Amino acid sequence: MSALGISALKVLAALGLMLGNGVVMIYMLRKVLGHLHIRLGPMHVGWKGTLQTVMDVLKLLTKEDITPRAVDRWLFRIAPAVVFIPSLMAYAALPFSDTWRVTNLDSGLLYTFTALSLVPLGILMAGWASSNKWSLLGGMRAAAQQIAYEVPLLLSVLPIVMLVGSMNLGVIVEAQRGTVLAVIPRWFIMNPLFWPTFVLYSISALVETNQTPFDMSEAESELVGGFATEYSAMKFGLLFLSEFSNQFIVAALTVTLFFGGWTLPWVPEAVSNTFGPLTFMLKTYLVIAVMMWIRGTFPRVRIDQLMQLGWQRLIPISLAWIVISGVVIKVWS
Amino acid sequence: MSDQCEETLGVGLLCEGQHDPGTPPAGLRRAPSGVDGLSTEHLIINMGPQHPSTHGVLRMIIEVDGEEVIASEVSVGYLHRGIEKLAEHRRYDAVGTLMDRGDYVSGIMGELAFALAAEQLMEVDVPRKAHWLRSLTSELNRLASHLVWYGTFGLDTGAMGQFLYAMREREALCDILEAITGQRMMFNYVRPGGVVADLPVGVEEKIRAFLATFPTYLGEYDQLLGGNEIFQARVKGIGVIDRDMALAFGLTGANLRAAGVDFDVRKARPYAAYPELDFEVPLGTVGDAWDRYTVRMGEMAQSARMIGQLIDGMPEGDHIAKVSKIIRPAAGEVYASVESSRGETGVHLVSDGTEHPYRMHYRGPSLYAVQALEELLPGHLLGDVVMLIGSTDVMLGEIDR
Repeated sequence: MSALGISALKVLAALGLMLGNGVVMIYMLRKVLGHLHIRLGPMHVGWKGTLQTVMDVLKLLTKEDITPRAVDRWLFRIAPAVVFIPSLMAYAALPFSDTWRVTNLDSGLLYTFTALSLVPLGILMAGWASSNKWSLLGGMRAAAQQIAYEVPLLLSVLPIVMLVGSMNLGVIVEAQRGTVLAVIPRWFIMNPLFWPTFVLYSISALVETNQTPFDMSEAESELVGGFATEYSAMKFGLLFLSEFSNQFIVAALTVTLFFGGWTLPWVPEAVSNTFGPLTFMLKTYLVIAVMMWIRGTFPRVRIDQLMQLGWQRLIPISLAWIVISGVVIKVWS
Repeated sequence: MSDQCEETLGVGLLCEGQHDPGTPPAGLRRAPSGVDGLSTEHLIINMGPQHPSTHGVLRMIIEVDGEEVIASEVSVGYLHRGIEKLAEHRRYDAVGTLMDRGDYVSGIMGELAFALAAEQLMEVDVPRKAHWLRSLTSELNRLASHLVWYGTFGLDTGAMGQFLYAMREREALCDILEAITGQRMMFNYVRPGGVVADLPVGVEEKIRAFLATFPTYLGEYDQLLGGNEIFQARVKGIGVIDRDMALAFGLTGANLRAAGVDFDVRKARPYAAYPELDFEVPLGTVGDAWDRYTVRMGEMAQSARMIGQLIDGMPEGDHIAKVSKIIRPAAGEVYASVESSRGETGVHLVSDGTEHPYRMHYRGPSLYAVQALEELLPGHLLGDVVMLIGSTDVMLGEIDR
């Protein structure tokens, strides 16, 4: 098969993963939130309600696509695509195993963050084009939040890049292979140097993906539906799907950067590589489960508190931590 | 600005927005903040009556500069059912069903307010047991109502976790109330002269089982929401209703007590079994949303304590006085009030000696709270608006009646 054909297949596989993931994650969210709230979640369609989300997707596909009269038609139509495409792009650099990945980018980490940072542009477009005041406020919040947290998100992971010496996500995973003293996994989360990094990264990542307690741009109790208020049918479906997709990407990055990616400690390299994709997905879903746990329990912060946290705390702390970890890494080696 | 528009719509801000957005009138309004040649405009947002966080059908018109509220106007009346007028066409024993639908989350208190007023006119001696049953159902109902407030206040802040936990306890309370009164929310239990039925067999055990677990759960719930740092950061210091403002607006209930004013109808003008009960009135200090939260949580603990006392000391005897089937009280004018979940719920009753009330006025404490909101909101952020509505615990059923 030609190189182009293989690339096309890989892109299709990423698309399939993104869509399949959306369905699985929505079901998972309903079940996790349900059990956190002492109820059962969906139970009736399919075994334990497993087909509920599939049915919901079918419902979204068959619903009338309403375009309100007052909207900016072009922006309104392309905004879901502008949200969806970068989210799909971000899958390109994720290493599911040493061989399973769309491309092997040397700047994989930077690339993924760049792709993610395009999403709020689409959200702002959606908010502006809807000519709805709630949507506009949601879009503005997304933009403000994005600018404030893009910086600490990237700064927070720099210590890892400094230690590994590469932005290639595969190389970062390889650096975490094996164990220390034959017991402790060599994951970066086990390294005290990266504990502040992990905290900074987690907070920024939750903000970047609009997760509770930072879901400012759609804050349903404040802004009704936020930027998605005027969207219906599959346009809404795309906005909704990208949100879950972004959450998956951020969780996958967390696994790659801190939890050893596709590798397993305590087992031979060959075995670990064979079960790479499975390990990777399992770890990612565990991280997602924690994010859903947070979503089910925490209240939302206020917009000014969010901005203060970003500009006055996270950015200075990440800068300081870069300096400190730089010195430590230099002295250590 | 056209007065005519304001007259027809009853809403000043919206009219200003339509006709003359450029010149802000004196008062709360601030000139738009323009940066070097860039002109900025205030946004006028219509919040409600279908907004998810306005606790029913409250409508607010809010003028915002970015996210900051500059001015606000509360527009009520979307749930008007004419309860006061309907009462004029009902017999005295049938008004209770209307009172249930005023503050529909704590119906017993509304019924009780009307029954107390009617009894003053009728000059009837209510049996001691009826007093105790009235207090018992009132406190059960207060707990149920406060649990709804606790759950929805959390939802306003964006926390979903605690809501259904509060609903679980409320479910137990609804079961108990159903066993006592035959209904979960619209009780029609308290009648002029007493209450409609005695305690059924087995309900005492139900209440004791509930009381055995409730204090632990209450502590957990307080930890779940009040112990959360984000929640504290959002609630502390916002929406300060100080003593003077609370008194000026005629606030009652937890909204008033949060400002440190020790006024509780159960203590100030005791009714039912409250003179015989041992309970404290939790007070706040500053009057911010956090104080209102702690006061309500404290009230829940006190209610549970009272329910225990009421069950232990329940007297024997009749549950209703001998009242003629068609009540024709003497002509006159009385006012009676009770401490409902939201403050002083009062009934002003005028009788002309016939079997129908000549005029019934229903004092719903939420109406006063919602007026204070209008003054409270400017200066806060949009995200705080829903928090302040939640913290004052307004109930649209009794605002619009």
